[in-house]
Amino acid sequence: MSLTRRSMLKRIIAGSAIALVPFGAFAKWAEAAFKADTYKGALAEIGSEDAIASDKIKLKAPEIAENGAVVPIRVSSTLENIESISLLVEKNPTPLTAQFKMFPGLKPDFKIRVRMGETSKVVAIVKAGGKSYSTSSEVKVTIGGCGG
Amino acid sequence: MRIKAKLKGDTATVKLLIKHPMESGRRKDEAGKLIPAKYVQTVTGHIAGTQVFEVNTGPGVSKNPFIQVILEGRKAGETIDFKWVDSSGATEEGSATLK
Repeated sequence: MSLTRRSMLKRIIAGSAIALVPFGAFAKWAEAAFKADTYKGALAEIGSEDAIASDKIKLKAPEIAENGAVVPIRVSSTLENIESISLLVEKNPTPLTAQFKMFPGLKPDFKIRVRMGETSKVVAIVKAGGKSYSTSSEVKVTIGGCGG
Repeated sequence: MRIKAKLKGDTATVKLLIKHPMESGRRKDEAGKLIPAKYVQTVTGHIAGTQVFEVNTGPGVSKNPFIQVILEGRKAGETIDFKWVDSSGATEEGSATLK
């Protein structure tokens, strides 16, 4: 096959398109998922409606949170080939709260502080090897953290 | 932002504290008017230009977000560069040296 100027140009354009698309998709904030206003809707948006309960995910959250504005959460997992870890607060106005992406050398063990409007289940969803796994923990909130 | 990076062996525990109001868009001001949403959406971490961390966040993260990240296979003297972007497009960068 001879390389004419035109075919060369086509190849360069095709090549750069391939290189750009996955990066763009990766770097994008999942707007529909973060703006979903129901727990089921958020689960559907992240493609984890069929999440299997797993004891290989550890979710550390207080049993009782006196102040819903600052609820410390720790999530870790011993699952293999983790792609992402999502945290959802079932009864919050927008349940999806955080989505950690995995990189080589990054330990699947994160701490973050979240807001809770009322007593609710906190759910951790781990995507690993193309499947979704979950675990949850109930947090009782004495004073909600979403109002003024 | 404030970053604390502590190295033990080859494991770095990095604590990140971002100063940000994390306005959810549901809060009202004293006049009863809704305060527009403005919250951190993405925090990324790089070491020597290689991405090592990313979290995407929604308005459910507490005001002045705190995040702890653990990195393995690191060395003393390496610098970790963080950057956040919020829903208004505002950004801030910060770095810390692993020691």
